[in-house]
Amino acid sequence: MNPQAFIDGLIAGSTIGLGAIGLTLAYSILRFANFTHGDFLAWGAYLTLTVSGLLGGLAAGLGAPVHPFSFGWGLPLAILGGAALTVLLALGLDRILFGRLRARGADVIIIVMASFGASMALRSLLEFIFTAKPVYFTNALQIAKPLGLGMRATPDQLLVIGMTAVLVVGLHLIVTQTATGRAMRAVSENPALAGVYGIDVAQIVRITWVIGAGLACIAGVMAGLLVQIRPYMGFDLLLPLFAAAILGGIGSIPGAMLGGLIIGLAEAFTVQIIGAEWRAAVSFIILVLVLMLRPQGLFGRKEA
Amino acid sequence: MSALSVEGLKAGYDPDLAIVKGVDFSVDYGEAVCILGPNGAGKSTMIKAIAGLVPILGGSVNLGKNSVAGLPPHALVRQGLGFVPQTENIFTRLTILENLQIAAQLLPAPDRRSRIDAMLDMFPDLGSRPGEIAGALSGGQRQMLAAARALLTEPEVLVLDEPSAGLSPKLVGQVFETLRRISDAGVTLVLVEQNVRAALALTGRALVLVDGQLAHDGPTDDLRDNRLLGELFLGHRAKGPSA
Repeated sequence: MNPQAFIDGLIAGSTIGLGAIGLTLAYSILRFANFTHGDFLAWGAYLTLTVSGLLGGLAAGLGAPVHPFSFGWGLPLAILGGAALTVLLALGLDRILFGRLRARGADVIIIVMASFGASMALRSLLEFIFTAKPVYFTNALQIAKPLGLGMRATPDQLLVIGMTAVLVVGLHLIVTQTATGRAMRAVSENPALAGVYGIDVAQIVRITWVIGAGLACIAGVMAGLLVQIRPYMGFDLLLPLFAAAILGGIGSIPGAMLGGLIIGLAEAFTVQIIGAEWRAAVSFIILVLVLMLRPQGLFGRKEA
Repeated sequence: MSALSVEGLKAGYDPDLAIVKGVDFSVDYGEAVCILGPNGAGKSTMIKAIAGLVPILGGSVNLGKNSVAGLPPHALVRQGLGFVPQTENIFTRLTILENLQIAAQLLPAPDRRSRIDAMLDMFPDLGSRPGEIAGALSGGQRQMLAAARALLTEPEVLVLDEPSAGLSPKLVGQVFETLRRISDAGVTLVLVEQNVRAALALTGRALVLVDGQLAHDGPTDDLRDNRLLGELFLGHRAKGPSA
């Protein structure tokens, strides 16, 4: 067995895990499966690309690659702008669609179907604006460097893994150690009681969108940096994202990350052992197995 | 001026179907009032409406001089209302300390630690294990944590929905002893309770709600040997207000 599958799985799992964290937060606090989350990844990548282009126009030096990476300082700066715009997109969607349905006391299935429709609209809009032709953050070629034990990775790939680790640890500390995190966990358990405790539930909902959309943007940029940017990139990741969130246990940030890594590794080893045509089936098989054997996931709580 | 005054309050989940059908009462500062009535009379709906958890369909609610009808629950807490729901009144996945820390966020930062310590001192069962997950507490301890949480912000008015529901007689005694201490400390108490004897012993005034309307408002002594209460709790509809 080629050990390269391990590093390939970690790289793919980082993107999936980061995306799944936003999905699991939205699921536990907003209480619905948000199909637009995949599109937030795609929109985040395109918006970051747009901001990066604008910055490159303003200062040409920002686009010059910074050794050893394939991109210049413009990309980290553009991620800030892209994430802010993705957050605005998510908050706007909540204001005009999901928030209104919540206020009316709509059933969860109605909100889920609304998110499904919004997802298609967002994807079509993306294709209308940017066309279906793939685009790239950089045209620079990177050579994968040996890591030992027969594994190789490019500096961009290692950066993605490192950045994911930092973000996950940071977010875990926020949720477990800060007042905002405690309030998020409280709203996740019982929103009505949270209000009685003095928590502004609407504010926590907004914070959840900010974190979820921000992470989705970063995950989209990672996927775009390592592969390519396409309007359907988020849609294609949707099944792995849901599988990772459910495998980890809904509401669990470490669970979503671990679930993402397991899905990524399972995909990579499946490609190597069985064949690339089975890659897409891996998430589905894991999702079905988890729902049948351990519906609460690895770190979730059993419903009473 | 009253700590809490309610005028013409109508409330319910459906705008066309009021459960509380025009209730007037007021509670003075430091007073302890119980709300009694048969099942389905609208007692819990009324106090949930006051606490912002059930839509108010008409009338007014004032905390002190402030009109608070229709405010969301978190805003009412900031106005000085503490509410303890009947069930699911603590966060079971959080620790005892985290439950109190959430409530303490409403206080100025320098006061938070001292108020949490004061609550842990007031309730020694909680103070001995602040890091324990609240879901592991017994029924009585949960009620104490719920009361501690509500008291932490020093509310002007503390409203409790059936604090003895589902508890053993021994735990009921503990809970009412705690409420007695809270009342003696000068906190305004409004209590919905099915345990009539305990409620009448704790409070000085009783409101009796029947079919969403006030059937009686007077000193608890008037009700202790009143046959109306027996009729009400056997489920018979009252003919009209008793003297």
